[in-house]
Amino acid sequence: MNRIRALSWPQILQWLWPFVPAIAALLFTSVLLLIFDTTPAVAFEAIFDGALGDAAKRLSVMAFWVPLLLSSTGLIITFRAGLWNIGVEGQIILGAIAASWVALKLDAPGPLLIGVELILAMSAGALWAALVAVLKTRGRVHEIFGGLALNFLAIILTNYLISGPWQPPEGGTFRGTAPFQDKALLPLFENSRFSPLSLVLAFAALALVIIALRGTFWGLKLKALGKNTYSAYLLGVSSEREIILAMMFCGALAGLGGAVRTLSWFDSLRQSISGGIGFLALLVVMLANYNIYAVPVIALFFAAVRVGSIPLQLRTQLHSSLGGILTGVMVLFVLLFGDARKLGIGRGRPAEEKGAPEVSGSGLDPFSKEIVKGD
Amino acid sequence: MRVDLQEIRKYFGPIRANDGISLNLEGGKIYGLLGENGAGKSTLMKILSGYQPPDSGHILLDRQTVHFDSPATALAGGVGMLYQDPLDMPPFRVVDNYLLGRDRRVRLNYKAARAELQEITTRYDFELDLDAYVDSLSLGERQQLELVRLLAGGANVLILDEPTTGISAEQKEMLFDSMRKLVLEEGKTLILVSHKLDEVQDLCDYAFVLRKGKLVGETEIPCPNEKLVEMMFGQVPARSERPAFELGQSVLEIENLTIADYRLRVEGINLSVKAGEVFGLAGLEGSGQRRLIQACAGLLHPESGQISLEGQDVTSWSYHHRQRAGVAYLAAGRLEEGLVAGLTLTEHLVLAQPKHSFLVDWDGARAEMDERIIRYQIIGRPDSTADQLSGGNQQRLLFALLNTPLKLLLLEHPTRGLDVQSTNYTWELLYRRRQEGTAILFMSADLDEIIERSDRIAVFSAGKMSRIVSASETSVEELGHLIGGQA
Repeated sequence: MNRIRALSWPQILQWLWPFVPAIAALLFTSVLLLIFDTTPAVAFEAIFDGALGDAAKRLSVMAFWVPLLLSSTGLIITFRAGLWNIGVEGQIILGAIAASWVALKLDAPGPLLIGVELILAMSAGALWAALVAVLKTRGRVHEIFGGLALNFLAIILTNYLISGPWQPPEGGTFRGTAPFQDKALLPLFENSRFSPLSLVLAFAALALVIIALRGTFWGLKLKALGKNTYSAYLLGVSSEREIILAMMFCGALAGLGGAVRTLSWFDSLRQSISGGIGFLALLVVMLANYNIYAVPVIALFFAAVRVGSIPLQLRTQLHSSLGGILTGVMVLFVLLFGDARKLGIGRGRPAEEKGAPEVSGSGLDPFSKEIVKGD
Repeated sequence: MRVDLQEIRKYFGPIRANDGISLNLEGGKIYGLLGENGAGKSTLMKILSGYQPPDSGHILLDRQTVHFDSPATALAGGVGMLYQDPLDMPPFRVVDNYLLGRDRRVRLNYKAARAELQEITTRYDFELDLDAYVDSLSLGERQQLELVRLLAGGANVLILDEPTTGISAEQKEMLFDSMRKLVLEEGKTLILVSHKLDEVQDLCDYAFVLRKGKLVGETEIPCPNEKLVEMMFGQVPARSERPAFELGQSVLEIENLTIADYRLRVEGINLSVKAGEVFGLAGLEGSGQRRLIQACAGLLHPESGQISLEGQDVTSWSYHHRQRAGVAYLAAGRLEEGLVAGLTLTEHLVLAQPKHSFLVDWDGARAEMDERIIRYQIIGRPDSTADQLSGGNQQRLLFALLNTPLKLLLLEHPTRGLDVQSTNYTWELLYRRRQEGTAILFMSADLDEIIERSDRIAVFSAGKMSRIVSASETSVEELGHLIGGQA
């Protein structure tokens, strides 16, 4: 006898739960808009129009999406290992600097030049990340603080290069280097800033990470480390090696993102070359609930909101930061509500499968506390 | 101050930590509270000092019923407890620590505090540098600071939890003198929680003995040590006969080993464990046996001495190096130190196996785990996560993850929290290992288990290792004396 069981209210709520933070964020932003005497519908329509209104805008969204997707994909690896790689922003910038160095200083046939740019960008991002990792494993500096410090250093380094050695010959503006030689730039799609090659690379990275996490022993070690560093150590996982490798992996992808930024979105090294894409990527991964399959969609949504907010001022007299507010508030609500089961809606234990590492927990490494718990 | 505890009960799940304990204590006396691990001493004292409420029962101070909802209210009522690890703030100075929680104004009155501190320290002959930072003090000095704080807070009943562990002989004398002074001159009530019989005999007027959550005896002090030991440990049932087992070559050799942590220093450890031998380490928690096991595992670097594995010096080898050489370590906290919550049984198996390929053969691993689940009688599936298993099954999983062959197996409390059936099964698995020639070194809080299961036994007491006794020739009395620090 087959009988369709009626869905209970908790079950329905659980299904609908992912939409709750999104709706809450829209409501919250609407209230903000009303306070500033703007009709929310007009503002949201303006964002929608600004992102998807015509082909050029859609290509702009794609161009913004690629580096965001690369960084978010890398962050999936570090989050899996229980690491808060706040330094991803600096790793993007270092990638951009390395790519710019090649574009400014080397001369070679186009494809070769681009290949060298991308490889050096990935290496620079990976090394910048390795620095954070070694500071953590050897110097016992938490990766959040090490990453933040290196972010600032990366920005300072950019400013120095722009206003010093790499200053355009016609005189110093503080905005950027001279435009790169044409053959050093990524081949662009028609008249846009979107490079199809970069999208291919981003999807290759995504596939690589999926395989690494599902199929490789390395992925399993990262998962164990992220959930319980000490038990993983007792089971035979060398945490120092894996922490450094995970950080370098993420740094390489972030560096590639930086290269894409400087070689397709811009055509030179700019003062704010990353423009906060690293931080945005952290939000993407959190909103995706650390699920890699959700990352491309969420990243695309974020890119659309960000790009769509740019012409906002022309249409509604609102500052373009509204998009940032909208995405930020959304993440805040997701973190606030968590998943439904944590609030006791529906049954079962809270999903721990993809949970974020705890800040305090990830600071405890076996090698930094040789003397274990008290007797 | 007179203290009456009436029918105190405290259950933690199925465990009856305190099962209707009644004690009457008069002012002007020092009472000893004795009992082995898990007898309920700490629980009872935490209840009296306001750290946790009882499930039922009453506390009477000078015949008035009181309810403490925090250590602060208990201290205001006159009850203060000196914990084994002092509750102080190491980055602060002595005078800051003293003021903490006492002076609640925005601007602290240092002048008055210094005067008070000076007065109390001279009264009890303490030597405290008021401007010293707490992390530069010895444990004994930190104890004095804590005592001063409690006395200044108005404590009339003082509870001291194993106060002499980790302090020097000189500081111990000073502490005991001040304790006598407090009782004789000021009529305070002192409760000494201890397992060191000599100290109890030396200091106390009267002793209560707890076992398994119940008061099992009380006596005037001094009394023969034998009487206290018998009350503490009870009578052991006759030992079941174990088949004689031919021991092999020596596997683990420890020579002149010194291990130390911030609290404890154990010197001159010498022992050897042969292939197929079961070596038991007895002693109360925190007496150094766990540190020895960790040193053997490579998790704690010894200060000096040598650890050899089958004749090879492995003292400088890391934990992972020793693991590859055939040493396995199973810690007490199964889900915290050994298993990873959220990881499946199959994933654990893949991690624990000695050989790895770059890509994981998940089907093969799942089949292997299926096999081990049957072989080790684990109730669970290859795709269950470790935290979904019961305690006994988590222990079986840890055994299922061990590699073969194994030279040395180190275990902390291998049967803690397990029911009789799981306990017997665990030992069945361990005996199977000894048939294969694995040397087993384990620690346990259960004296019966140690006597019943070991070939030889060493007892740790306050950072000293006793002579090594043969399990077939020792008695619970002898071990009880050794645990009490008497050679």
